[in-house]
Amino acid sequence: MTSWLSLAATAPPPEGGLFDLNATLPLMAVQVVILTFILNKLFFRPIGHAVENREGYVATSRSQAKERLAKVERLEAELKARLRDARQQAQTLIAEAEAEVRQLHREALGAAMAEANAVREAARRDIDKERASAAEVLEQNARDLGDLIVKRLLPA
Amino acid sequence: MPLLPSPLPLAELEVGQHLYWQIGNLNIHGQVFLTSWILIGALLLFVISGTRRIQRVPSGPQNLLEFFWEYIRNLSRDQIGEAAYRDWMPFIGTLFLFIFVSNWGGALIPWKLIHLPSGELGAPTGDINTTVALALLVSLAYFYAGLSRKGLRYFEYYVDPTPIMLPFKIAEDFTKPLSLSFRLFGNILADELVVAVLVFLVPLVAPLPAMLLGLFTSAIQALIFATLAAYYIGEAVHEHH
Repeated sequence: MTSWLSLAATAPPPEGGLFDLNATLPLMAVQVVILTFILNKLFFRPIGHAVENREGYVATSRSQAKERLAKVERLEAELKARLRDARQQAQTLIAEAEAEVRQLHREALGAAMAEANAVREAARRDIDKERASAAEVLEQNARDLGDLIVKRLLPA
Repeated sequence: MPLLPSPLPLAELEVGQHLYWQIGNLNIHGQVFLTSWILIGALLLFVISGTRRIQRVPSGPQNLLEFFWEYIRNLSRDQIGEAAYRDWMPFIGTLFLFIFVSNWGGALIPWKLIHLPSGELGAPTGDINTTVALALLVSLAYFYAGLSRKGLRYFEYYVDPTPIMLPFKIAEDFTKPLSLSFRLFGNILADELVVAVLVFLVPLVAPLPAMLLGLFTSAIQALIFATLAAYYIGEAVHEHH
């Protein structure tokens, strides 16, 4: 094992060995440092940009989607409330209309019945009057006939 | 020191043999750099193919890269904490990817088919130089992380909670890189040796379980190294109250 500290001394033909430290060491170190800078430029930076951009993109997309979902849910709730209101309004309208119709029906029925009663009453009065006058005429006729009979029988 | 001379070229076992390149009067292990360049090249090609057209909905290699990215981010965030992990993620990630690619590349690519004049190709992390280099980088990293974040207050860490801890905490600064480098080196080298010995003894089928186990340990070692590096950095930047 040669000490790598003494490698600056004039090199005899190297005899090798497992622990043969020599100028390979600093050159390899320099090579790795250069590789670090090359990989930083070619690999770590661009891929890092790509990954972080994507992470940002995903995060913003997610938050946007969440916002939209919240908005949709808000709209849905609002529309549902409006629908419920509209249904209620329709129901009250229908109820009102039905009540009105019933009212109208009742009024019309009442009016018609009143008219019919009036007509019947009038007719009955007419009939009574006719009957009374007819009875009077009949009585008159009967009295005339009686008088006539008396006249014919008595003078004789 | 060639071990177990073999009739089969595939099963030749060499330990401590290196392909030496000379730069000035410095010796370096050529086989380590050859494999690391091939593997880093493959890694970079994959990274480029996955990041060429980045889409919001990922497909193909971008998917895998994003998986790795998130894995590394979670690892460093867990160990370093929310405040500082962004600065250290590339370092932790590079350690993880480099060690992972080295370990698996060393285990999965049939390097033995390529003959070198001396030594053999294998996982770059199976060489002590690589692992020591990585471990020392981690040491530098956590010192830098602590000093840049807390200034000289960083050294309060050495006497926290009592000054009795001082010698132990100083010893830790040496044991951390030592354990990091030797753990990785030992695991990868041992795995290569086990597979090679088994291939030498029973060329067919028998080495397969050892190979699978090797893939498993390789991945675990990459994870352990990256996690510990992140933990050390996290310890250095952590605010004691």
